[in-house]
Amino acid sequence: MNSEIQTISGRGIPLIGNDIDTDRIIPARFLRCVTFDGLGAQVFADDRTALNGQHPFDLPQYQGANILVVNGNFGCGSSREHAPQAIAKWGIRAIVGESFAEIFFGNCVAIGIPCLAATADGVEQLQSRLIADPQSSVQINLKTMQVDCGDFLVPIRMEAGIRQMMLSGTWDACGQLLSNKKQIQTTVAKLPYLAWAV
Amino acid sequence: MSQGTLFDKVWDLHTVGSLTSGQAQLFIGLHLIHEVTSPQAFSMLADRNLPVLYPNRTIATVDHIVPTDNQARPFADGLAEEMMQVLEQSCQKHGIRFFNIGCGSQGIVHVIAPEQGLTQPGMTIACGDSHTSTHGAFGAIAFGIGTSQVRDVLASQTLALSKLKVRKIEVNGALRPGVYAKDVILHIIRSLGVKGGVGYAYEYAGTTFEQMRMEERMTVCNMAIEGGARCGYINPDHVTFDYLKGRDFAPQAADWEQAVNWWTSLRSDADAVYDDVIVFDAAEIAPTVTWGITPGQGIAIDQVVPTPESLPDSERAIAEEAYQYMDLIPGQKLQGTKVDVCFIGSCTNGRISDLREAAKFAQGRHVAAGIKAFVVPGSERVKQQAEAEGLDQIFLTAGFEWREPGCSMCLAMNPDKLAGRQLSASSSNRNFKGRQGSASGRTLLMSPAMVVAAAVTGQVTDVRELLN
Repeated sequence: MNSEIQTISGRGIPLIGNDIDTDRIIPARFLRCVTFDGLGAQVFADDRTALNGQHPFDLPQYQGANILVVNGNFGCGSSREHAPQAIAKWGIRAIVGESFAEIFFGNCVAIGIPCLAATADGVEQLQSRLIADPQSSVQINLKTMQVDCGDFLVPIRMEAGIRQMMLSGTWDACGQLLSNKKQIQTTVAKLPYLAWAV
Repeated sequence: MSQGTLFDKVWDLHTVGSLTSGQAQLFIGLHLIHEVTSPQAFSMLADRNLPVLYPNRTIATVDHIVPTDNQARPFADGLAEEMMQVLEQSCQKHGIRFFNIGCGSQGIVHVIAPEQGLTQPGMTIACGDSHTSTHGAFGAIAFGIGTSQVRDVLASQTLALSKLKVRKIEVNGALRPGVYAKDVILHIIRSLGVKGGVGYAYEYAGTTFEQMRMEERMTVCNMAIEGGARCGYINPDHVTFDYLKGRDFAPQAADWEQAVNWWTSLRSDADAVYDDVIVFDAAEIAPTVTWGITPGQGIAIDQVVPTPESLPDSERAIAEEAYQYMDLIPGQKLQGTKVDVCFIGSCTNGRISDLREAAKFAQGRHVAAGIKAFVVPGSERVKQQAEAEGLDQIFLTAGFEWREPGCSMCLAMNPDKLAGRQLSASSSNRNFKGRQGSASGRTLLMSPAMVVAAAVTGQVTDVRELLN
């Protein structure tokens, strides 16, 4: 069920600010659910209400965008996968930013949303372009590790192994983990505390 | 690259192999689940027709959504009730041990696992909750995961992970009166920043942590993630072993001695190599309180809200956002700021020692007029112990509400919420915008003793003024 992720093309949406936490991405009251299905409409709910229609996720020019461009430490705080799920269900397929919180990054990998790091200057250049010209076409290329904005390129970075998982479509690790059952048993046999257990 | 640390030893012992991505496949010794981040994982298993591989290595409880006043079933909140039922059914279907409300051992997942002796040195522990780092207090490698990873652990008892670097954070010396473990971790976070720990496991070392009791160590490790570090740990020692001995799930009889020997062997070597080392002096740490919208925006209680000029460039934008949201003026003192709600509880500070310390300050005093103050024990066992010691009566006499166990207003998924722009003095771990249930609600993080000081004076107060 995994698909290869090599290029993502479309339009971008800028979201400016450092340390945007997962409580802001999806406030806790929306976690009262047993499926992720309805989360797309609730993404950034409180920030959007506070900005009264002026939040990028509400602005008409960014509807249909699929590449989110953020600043530093995006997705910090709670481990809730509801956050990347909400972003993905809104329509985002990839995130470019200065840096990402670790659990958020891992949750994105697990659902096939690549988080690509760029320099502060690169992010600013992208965000400025998307503000000036929201219709700009943007292409992320994981093979060349560049974001192509038409008349300029922004280099991006990603841990080599994770990038390989994206390129080869093996970002859903579950199947591979299960294929090593024999090795799992070998590890289990080495751990003394499993024998002390109840 | 680190070498010879507890992190390296535990990581190596639990490594099943290398994945094609280059990541490690890591065996998870203890998997903790709760009602919020597991229902979708069970659905994913069902979709793929997968069983739970090691059902006896997963333990469930319910904490995030439970009401702390009326816990009668069905819950008044239909959505919360549905989540409860899905967890109950999933545990029953897969043969997973479940500490449900009323069993005597339910509570916040990061409170119940240690108090029952489930959490032990040398384990790898995962839970769909970022505060899983708490369990590192025992010398376990413990970290938060998302729901797809909960699926992976249920299906394979393993995770795909990249190895972290190890930073030793050494704090030495005795804490001054009125200064607690909470102040130590808030001080570390404000010094290193909320993303300073990204990519690192934190080893907390030095005499300050050595002298802490287990529950204080848990408070410190709990908030590793607020500094960006996915896990934090303290090397196991006699304090750890004394705490564990005799607990329900701790090794018994002949196993005990073998366990202590093994645990001791896992301690970081004297000549261990770290990727980074940072040293603090405990005497420099004051009662600490956050003023902003990230846990790193903190000050010593006798300091003023920082001016933009005093901050590095990279922190000015978020500071401006915080001044506006918190309605604070740079250069102003927090001391004397009127609060509306006082909350004692959470996986950070909802344990028996936290309640004992808070009760010391509540005894003989009364919550100020117009303040809503409430205490939420971390677990049914904490509640029972507190009541046996008469702490509930001290709190009630002082005008605090005494509630049933749960996460409560730390994240406000249950009915405990701020209203409007209320300002909360809170013993919890996050002061994010909207965190405590109101989109414009405001949170000041502090130690439980400081929360009591705020409750009885009605304003942000230096708890040292209440010391006799």
